[in-house]
Formats: sequence, structure tokens, C-alpha cells
Amino acid sequence: AALNDGLRSQVSAALKEGRVAPTELCQRCLALIKSTKFLNAYITVAEETALKQAEESEERYKRGQPLGILDGIPIAVKDNFNTAGIETTCASNMLKGYISPYNATVVQKLLDQGAVLLGKTNLDEFAMGSGSTDGVFGPVRNPWSYSKQYKEKSVPKSHSEDEESNWVITGGSSGGSAAAVSSFTCFAALGSDTGGSTRNPAAHCGVVGLKPTYGLISRHGLIPLVNSMDVPGILTRCVDDAAVLLGSLAGHDPKDSTTIQDDFKPFELPNLTDVSKLSIGIPKEYHAPELSSEILALWSKAADLFKNAGAKVVEVSLPHTPYSIVCYHVLCTAEVASNMARFDGLEYGHRSDVKDSTESMYAATRREGFNDVVRGRILSGNYFLLKQNYEKYFVKAQKVRRLIANDFVKVFRSGVDILLTPTTLSDAAPYTEFIQEDNRTRSAQDDILTQAANMAGLPAISVPTALSERGLPVGLQFIGRSFQEKQLLTVAKWFEKQVQFPVIQLEEVKRHDSDVFQHQKSASFS
Amino acid sequence: QRVSVEVLEHLEHLALVDFRDAEGVERLQKAIQFADQLHEVNTDGVEPMDSVLEDRWCLYLREDDVTEGNCTKELLENAREKVEEYFVAPPGNIPLPKLEERETFLQSS
Repeated sequence: AALNDGLRSQVSAALKEGRVAPTELCQRCLALIKSTKFLNAYITVAEETALKQAEESEERYKRGQPLGILDGIPIAVKDNFNTAGIETTCASNMLKGYISPYNATVVQKLLDQGAVLLGKTNLDEFAMGSGSTDGVFGPVRNPWSYSKQYKEKSVPKSHSEDEESNWVITGGSSGGSAAAVSSFTCFAALGSDTGGSTRNPAAHCGVVGLKPTYGLISRHGLIPLVNSMDVPGILTRCVDDAAVLLGSLAGHDPKDSTTIQDDFKPFELPNLTDVSKLSIGIPKEYHAPELSSEILALWSKAADLFKNAGAKVVEVSLPHTPYSIVCYHVLCTAEVASNMARFDGLEYGHRSDVKDSTESMYAATRREGFNDVVRGRILSGNYFLLKQNYEKYFVKAQKVRRLIANDFVKVFRSGVDILLTPTTLSDAAPYTEFIQEDNRTRSAQDDILTQAANMAGLPAISVPTALSERGLPVGLQFIGRSFQEKQLLTVAKWFEKQVQFPVIQLEEVKRHDSDVFQHQKSASFS
Repeated sequence: QRVSVEVLEHLEHLALVDFRDAEGVERLQKAIQFADQLHEVNTDGVEPMDSVLEDRWCLYLREDDVTEGNCTKELLENAREKVEEYFVAPPGNIPLPKLEERETFLQSS
């Protein structure tokens, strides 16, 4: 099996038929992680436990009793999910050395199905950011920076300038997970999505990023940022794989009372051929002034693709879209102020040596443990929650949230099935350029297209669409109705088939797995 | 309209994190300015939304049955200072020193 095979159709079959062994897959991924270390996608590589899990999986396949499609499949998990016995840091000094005593529900579910946990991936500190550049372990590098496609298009400004200064960001905050999937070091990865943190890096790294409906997948064990918006995110190389992961993760969890109680039935995606009954909505407010002309053109082309295939494509309006970021800013900082209060040094995590009093120990611990971004959000959040500001800011934001959510309800009620929008404003920026602006400004800019779906709790998916002029991935986003993931993914899968997004051509991967390049597609969307 | 030093100090007390420097204070000023845009939106007659799942009433109370526990050892493992089965904290009920006595950036404001 090649590293870029689809899970259900190819890898699973290969494992069952014994054409490849779980230990072999695991070793290949571990070797690739080592040779792509410069990407800084992983914070912790759990080599020993992964190999042990792979061996156990192999035993099961030998007995003819695999646990399911995910048995033996190497996966990676963003480092803000608790993983028993493995360090969980949230890329922060506050949790360096913290060994989780338990598995997050989603991690447990994956392990229960025999998945092999390769390691924990890098992120922005406490998932606050849109570049995966602000964690204590350093920034994550987009694998496409080292692709033939990007290198061909970049003109070195001088002889001395090389890839070192040219590399582009992954986007964030689940950049490590996106990079891990994009560089073939795992078949799927877990991210989290509060304002776009799974879809944004998915778009920049050329992978599929799914944000499920709020309440569908358990958040138990996901270190919380914004309780009313966080969801675990799924990153894979194709839409079918995302459906497989979704099937294994969704469902009520008694440990997370914000998960819905309805029975969830895992599904296989049909191969849609007739889109004539589909109504695609194009929200005009997503034509943000900062949207690059390149992405605007791709978005337009995608709309035409649906129209030419017989679907109904209509312009719709989500009038409160421009306020989504401001609303998010207030609600997010307020919830962060509350969620970060648990880090006081007493029960876990970093603890300052200051001993004068409990309060001074807490203050010093938090001073030492949190970076500027986190501290800034805590202070802003506390400001908005002050008695004199509560109604004016927090409650006001909650009211605006309802207006934003209602915009979507109205549009879906008018007969539109799926919304089609860009995921990001442009392709991935070079790191040196990205860090010129501060985190808050960047997040405010980059989350514009993804944030509203979190506000309304709707499912959304970014699908790799085409390469930009610079040879970097661009993704487009589909937003669906609450809990209608099957419809959303079916449409996404149809679109994925139409656009035939090219496979990344990485030297490192070629050395390890030449089969990957057998699947090259000659046609492409751009 | 700048935030007063009293409010800044109050925030440092509530949040138990510090502004660190002028940039930190400026960050808050900008955050407030940004948030003020919310007031452009007419929300007359609109109820605040706590949860997108409000229609499903899924936030429930479960039965008061013990289903797990006895994990004292695991829970204590991550604490830096402990004695027997206790987390050890420095003395409490001692308020943070006042602005004049603390080492904080705000002193120079």
C-alpha cells in the first residue's frame, strides 16, 4: 500500500489481505517523521507505544479479527488532547512535563479501534492563533514549502537565499496535525476547531479539514478554549477518510453533557453523480475586500462547476457576517478568561517557586507559564466580564451571536442545501512576513471566513481545490446544516473528484515511498 | 477613552496575570476598541444565546451515581508539591500586595 492510499478502499484491504503489516506502516511513518523533523510538526513522538500498538494490531490481523477499518492505522493527535501516559503540553510552558492521567474520549475511541497513536502534534499555544507559530516549541513549517511545486515557482532573490528563509506557514492552530497529514507521516490526525483552527491549516496544507457540528463529537479531554464553540477536528487526505474518522468518533458521550443524545449511525459516502437536485448558496458577504483575486477566481470557478453540472447556484446573504469576528473576539476572550483560571500550579502543570502566599504563587506561576497571546486574551476577557462591562460587551456579543446563527437558519430554510465559500483569504504566507503582524490582528484577519460556522455550531469542511500561482494549496469551504454531515461530505466528495487536486511532490517522501507518485493526476482544477 | 490605572490593576488582581509592559496595556486598549464595533449592531428584542444546542435541551443533570473514582494516586502524580494525599499550597488569605508594593509595570504608569 502507498502512503497516500484511501483508508477504506485501499489501506484497509491491504492490511486484511496481508499485503502490508501494521508494524511496517508504523515503521514507515516513524522513519518519515524523523526525516521530516525540520517541519517541526510533532512535539512528542510516542515511538515505543506506537510500535507496541502496531504489533498488537498485527496479531489481530493474523487471527483474522481486526477491530475495524482503523485497526493498525497510524494517526497523530494535536497536543491539546489528553493522552494517557504521554506528555500533553498545549505548546505552553504551563503544561511542559504534564503527563495526562487519562485519554480524551476521541483518543480512547481511536485506540479502542486499534489505531496506532504516533505522537502529539504542534500548535499555537493553547490553540490561540492562526499560524501555528506561537507555541513554545517553535513554529510548524508547511510541507509544501519543500515541494517541487513551490520550489519551481519561487524565484530566489539572491544566491544566498535558500529554503531556510522562504518557508511558508501551515496556518493554525492545528498546523502540526495538518503538516503531519500533508507530509504522509500519518493517515489522519485530530485537530481542534474553535474559529477555524482545523479548516485554516487544512486549506494551507492541501488536506481535507472537517469541523463537525457542535455537539456531535465529545470534547471530554480536549483542553478547552471556548466551551460553546470548540469541537474536535478531523484532518485527512481525502473526504472518504474524513467520513471514516467521523464514523468512529461521533456519538453521545456521558462524560460530555454538551454532546447530543441522538443515536449516530456511521455512514459510507455515496458516489454522487447527479447534482441537479442540489442548491448551493454563495454568501455574498464572504467576498471580503482582503480576499485575493486568485481565490476569488477559484471560488467563482467552483460555483460554475456546480452550475454546469446542473445544480442550482444562488447568491445568498448572511448580513451579520462582518460582525462575526468582533463577536468571536469578545466571547472567546471571556470564555478563555474562565477556562485558563484552572492553571494555578497546584494540581498540575508549571508551578512557580514563589511561596509568600497562594495568590502570589498563582500570579507568578501564570506569569511564567503563559505567553503574551494567552495573557492578553485572559486580560481582555476579564475586562469584558467586569460588572460594568458585562451587559455592554458579553451579553451584547451573545445577542449578536444569535443574529449570526439566525442568518444561517434563514438561508437554509430558503431551500439552500450547502454554502460554498473560500476557506482563507490567500495562500500560505512566508513565515517572515506572517510574524510582522501580531497574533490578534492575524487571527482577526484569517478567521473571517471560518469563524461564523463555529458561532452557529454548523458543520464545515475545507477541501483542497487547486494550487496558487506560487504553487501552494488553496482550499474551498462547504458549510452544511446542523448534523447533516452525510450530505455535506457527499457534496464535498463530489467536488474533490471534480477538481483532482495534485499530490504534493516531496523529496523525503519519494525516498521512502515511491508508490505515492503513481497516483499523480495530470488534470487539475486551476 | 483610556482604561484607568485602577481598572488595570483590578484586572491584574482578577486575572492573576500581569500586563508585563506598555505593549500589554496597548493590547487591551486595542481589544476594547475592536470590541466597540459590536455596538453598531441593533440587538433590540434579541435574546442572548448561551448555546447553539438550546433547542435540543441536551444539557442535563445525570443521576447522582458514583461511576468512577479511586484515582487519588494518578491525580497526585502531576502535582509538584504534595504531602500524603494533600496538594500543598502556600498560606492563603493574604491579598496580593498593593500597586505601590508590587513589582509591576503599572507602577510606572
